[in-house]
Amino acid sequence: MTNHWVDIKNADLILVMGGNAAEAHPCGFKWVMEAKANRKAKLVVVDPRFTRSAAVADFYTPIRPGADIAFLGGVINYLLANDKIHHAYVKAFTNAAFLINENFSFADGLFSGYDAAKRKYDPATWQYQLDAQGFAKVDDTLQDPQCVFQVMKRHYARYTPEVVSQVTGTPRADFLKVCELIADTSAPDRVMTICYALGWTQHTVGSQNIRTMAMIQLLLGNMGRAGGGVNALRGHANVQGITDQCLYSEVLPGYLGAPTDADKTRDEYLAKRTPKPLRPNQMNYGQNFPKWFASLMTAWYGSAATADNGFGYDWLPKKDAAYDVLALFERMHQGQLNGFVCQGFNPLASAPHKAKIDVALAKLKFLVVIDPLATETAEFWKSHGEFNPADPAKIQTEVFRLPATCFAEQDGSFTNSSRVIQWHWKGADGPGDSLSDLDIIGALFTRLRALYAEEGGAFPEPVLGLSWPYRIAAQPSPEEVAMEISGRALADVADPKDPTKILAKAGEQLAGFAQLRDDGATAAGNWIYCGMWSQAGNLTARRDPSDPTGLGQSLNWGFAWPANRRILYNRASCDLSGKPWDASRAVIKWDGAKWGGNDVPDMRPDAKPEEAVMPFIMNPEGVARLFAFERMLDGPMPEHYEPFETPLGVNPLHPDNPQAVSNPAARVYPGDLEALGKAAEFPYVATTYRLVEHFHFWTKHSLLNAITQPQQFVEIGEELAREKGIVNGGRVRVRSKRGEMVAVVVVTKRIRNLSVNGRKVHTVGVPIHWGFRGATRPGYMVNVLTPFIGDANSQTPEFKAFLVNIEKA
Amino acid sequence: MAWQSLDIQRRSATTTPMPHAREAVEVAKLIDISQCIGCKACQVACMEWNDLRAEVGTCTGVYDNPTDLSGKAWTVMRYAEIENDGRLEWLIRKDGCMHCQDPGCLKACPAPGAIVQYANGIVDFHQENCIGCGYCITGCPFNIPRLSEQDHKAYKCSLCSDRVAVGQAPACAKTCPTGAIHFGTKEAMKDHADHRIADLKSRGFQNAGLYDPPGVGGTHVMYVLQHADHPQWYSNLPKDPAISPWVQLWKGLAKPLAIGAMAAVSLAGLFHYIVKGPNAISKETEKEVENETRPE
Amino acid sequence: MIDVTRRQFLKITAAGLGGSSLALLGFSPEPALAEIRNYKLARTTETRNTCPYCSVSCGVLLYSLGDRSKNTKAEIIHIEGDPDNPVNRGTLCPKGAGLLDMIHSADRLKYPEVRESGANGWKRLTWDEAFDRIAQHLKADRDAHFIKTNAEGVTVNRWNTTGFLASSAASNEVGYLTHKVLRGLGNIALDTQARI
Repeated sequence: MTNHWVDIKNADLILVMGGNAAEAHPCGFKWVMEAKANRKAKLVVVDPRFTRSAAVADFYTPIRPGADIAFLGGVINYLLANDKIHHAYVKAFTNAAFLINENFSFADGLFSGYDAAKRKYDPATWQYQLDAQGFAKVDDTLQDPQCVFQVMKRHYARYTPEVVSQVTGTPRADFLKVCELIADTSAPDRVMTICYALGWTQHTVGSQNIRTMAMIQLLLGNMGRAGGGVNALRGHANVQGITDQCLYSEVLPGYLGAPTDADKTRDEYLAKRTPKPLRPNQMNYGQNFPKWFASLMTAWYGSAATADNGFGYDWLPKKDAAYDVLALFERMHQGQLNGFVCQGFNPLASAPHKAKIDVALAKLKFLVVIDPLATETAEFWKSHGEFNPADPAKIQTEVFRLPATCFAEQDGSFTNSSRVIQWHWKGADGPGDSLSDLDIIGALFTRLRALYAEEGGAFPEPVLGLSWPYRIAAQPSPEEVAMEISGRALADVADPKDPTKILAKAGEQLAGFAQLRDDGATAAGNWIYCGMWSQAGNLTARRDPSDPTGLGQSLNWGFAWPANRRILYNRASCDLSGKPWDASRAVIKWDGAKWGGNDVPDMRPDAKPEEAVMPFIMNPEGVARLFAFERMLDGPMPEHYEPFETPLGVNPLHPDNPQAVSNPAARVYPGDLEALGKAAEFPYVATTYRLVEHFHFWTKHSLLNAITQPQQFVEIGEELAREKGIVNGGRVRVRSKRGEMVAVVVVTKRIRNLSVNGRKVHTVGVPIHWGFRGATRPGYMVNVLTPFIGDANSQTPEFKAFLVNIEKA
Repeated sequence: MAWQSLDIQRRSATTTPMPHAREAVEVAKLIDISQCIGCKACQVACMEWNDLRAEVGTCTGVYDNPTDLSGKAWTVMRYAEIENDGRLEWLIRKDGCMHCQDPGCLKACPAPGAIVQYANGIVDFHQENCIGCGYCITGCPFNIPRLSEQDHKAYKCSLCSDRVAVGQAPACAKTCPTGAIHFGTKEAMKDHADHRIADLKSRGFQNAGLYDPPGVGGTHVMYVLQHADHPQWYSNLPKDPAISPWVQLWKGLAKPLAIGAMAAVSLAGLFHYIVKGPNAISKETEKEVENETRPE
Repeated sequence: MIDVTRRQFLKITAAGLGGSSLALLGFSPEPALAEIRNYKLARTTETRNTCPYCSVSCGVLLYSLGDRSKNTKAEIIHIEGDPDNPVNRGTLCPKGAGLLDMIHSADRLKYPEVRESGANGWKRLTWDEAFDRIAQHLKADRDAHFIKTNAEGVTVNRWNTTGFLASSAASNEVGYLTHKVLRGLGNIALDTQARI
């Protein structure tokens, strides 16, 4: 979330789209209800299903799964065509005025630079025009045909209300009503927030779904504002924290890009990742990359990391290929993995295309599952009847199942979706011999280290050299690790403006990431968490809920990254002179000498407004990108592409280009394309989702939750039920190209058929929560149906839109 | 513990006047259906707090689980898909004891002290005194109490009288994520309802209103309804609930008659009462009555 | 007219006779007084924690038996929302409100176990046995497949034949330490639930 849970109460309009906050995040959703009750806010829900969020909405309208960019692109077109944008904001705080390379083009559904053979774009033509100093050229009148504003306007002019309705199935009048409500927040004293979740991410265009919304929020001037922002309502209690610790192959803690084979030396690596400013006077905060990286290396390799050996740069593994979940299972399926460890993760249920996962797991030599609960993954080899028809005798994988304690049985910190890090305390011991994850990782590592010390092995140096300063080596304490993440001074850290002034003495915990150094004087395991455990102690354990201004910031509750800032880009809550756009919900302001107020300013505190230091400090141009010249692999501006399993067979926006039906830059593995179904055989659109009574595949183990939603079901609309002779409460068989499941059917008015591109499209709703272990009645894991394909940028699987057939069972 | 220390206002099958010199604060729970997302947190919190675990049932084609109130499910959500003015509304009502000011269950109950009403308005069942006759069910205009299959005693929501007694809100009210359930004094709840109704009217629900039915003397569980003119849309919430006529009859005509006829009818019962205790007598008596009426 | 059948009338009068009329006649046993159920949390220990489910990360209060004295085994008997937490303010959704049954789930694992190759069941292990066997597996795979340099001779220090999927429900400390250990071993085949 750019903003935070409580801040939703400051919104005038709440759009819930690409998510179902009432069901997936009920206690956060209360702030939607508070905004409604206390500031007359309106709630708009756009969803293929009439969800429990829709039950309390002021306006609900349906949309075909996988058509969100068409809808949101239509909103952009509406805002531009009707001049409903926040002009001063757009001009100053976005790259609307920036000039784009003359050779940039978009034709027939493809951006310039597409390589069909590789299914990849070369973004060379997506760049800014630069002047002699290397700064981007701008046209403040926004009239130049190559300026972002004009390029964007041309791009979305195609998304007329008629086209939107044709592609999304949303009734035209409903779409326009939503546009009007959204457009109303282009006024400086009106703010909209958007709450989305997996309904936008689990598509092959997932990242672009979110970008489209971000563009809308920028056009409306709603970023950095109280009650605004683009708010990802994330999954688990610490999914944000684990994301921040970056347990991904491509990044190191704090989102530092991990070295690849191309980064032959540390200097090359740093040069590539340390951006140069693209406009004068901007903070270009990314220029500090070498400090963050050096501090990480000293945290990991301690005294073994020195300036002489590049702080252990060559000890870090270099990445040669993709290792995301889909890529990992693809490698496993190809027999390239021998071992696999699942820590609190149940991929047999969570990863797509169960049949493929089954085959892959059976090719492993050993599998280790660390979990508090008996997961399906740990028993993939065991026969559980129709739900898991495995033959143990044929599966040679050695499987270890290690009992971990759960949240209630250990101390530690979780980072919520608001980026607030909160410490928690143990209430009791875990059952039996269960151990905490820290103890399990600690024991495994120290044993491995002992083996390497005794008998040697492949490249033992980094194993033996890994900094391991914990008092009980096999049992690192949460406190020790939290202090390491936050960071400390290894040598005295002096004030760069006044070298006689020591900011942190050697051995002290650091106050924040501004104190990090690139010369080995500081160690911090995760720069964005720097300061969470300062000399003042464990700030994540703070429990002062006071909120003196009533804005809901509670700055002394826990610690938010970065720098305890609660609303990101909050400089954008003020006009160019530093005056809040809306004084009634001021976040910060310029007081004549410095920035301050009701949040930690997202700005150099002494940057005078006339210096024109822009709010988006992590971008080298200082402004937000309506046009993304980098980082998006599938285009600088979002375009509607069909889900890989499309009920239409064509992209109505590009009916003549077969390359542009679905995301042209999404990765497809050999064999997976053949496993995709066609509408002729699988005519109905399926979408998977969560129910409020359950959490993923977890609460099915909890009796209380099993009681409230005991048995697997799928949902269809009344018309489809009539056509198929299906009766409510009966049983149906749902088939995709990849597998089938049988379940009870709920026939409901809440799922409507839609008229899309001249044909009727029915939706089959498939809640995910069941499996063959748990207190609920056993059920199918619904990934027997889902396709093995992911978003072009994040590789998040396309669980939200695929094709099935359905019949009475 | 003495009656007065519990601030008991009424007690089933008891004519001894209750001490009532002290005036307790009247409490109430307000359920605003327009803010309810039907998440069932209230159901779970209720079961968790009250140490109840209903059966793991089945999906019957609706989201209602458990499908009905029971000795182990004291509150359930009831889901209704209503089409109104061409727009779908999903009206979700938390069903459970309404804690009537004039409680039909208590009036119908023949077991002394099995049902009490505290001065704060909570109507509580005390199973140790319950004879399992089920007349509270007949007496309830909302069809709430249920006999447990396990011990044949009647159960229903206690409004978490144990929590309220120490100054806490009922488990359902505390847990409600969206604030659809509020708890406080009855007066405060009516004030809160006024705000909610004004908000709903401003959003086009012209018939929004408070459900605090006078037929039962008002309730200590009240609803804010978007369509107060159509309570039946909410899974058949009764429009004008009143205490079952036979309970009224018992309190009026039947009771003196019964006392007069005591010797004639109940001596056999008395014998059983002494020998086997109240549970047995009730069944015996019931059988006699059944037998008596069957020839017709 | 009140619609009462004769049968119902008799039922009512008879029931009344069975119960309250006896009391009126003085035959009632020792008056069974109504008593509010005892408040079950009175001297339990209250511990602040965070709900592990969704990213609202609601504050919860764990109530455990005993006062943490030496001879008392703490057992969590009730969980409810932390009213001080600015986000959930004491509320919990159905998942959070049911946490007690996840902690005490019949499916909680209690001991390390192994399913041997081709076997049809679990075998209990000690932690020592489990750690030793797993560490040996990991080392054998790393030693056999470690890539020191790539085809171009660039030092890559890569181990990619054992994969690791990290939890989104583990703490920051667990996530960080796991990451540190994996990169320390040169492992590059790691990913997390957070992607999904």
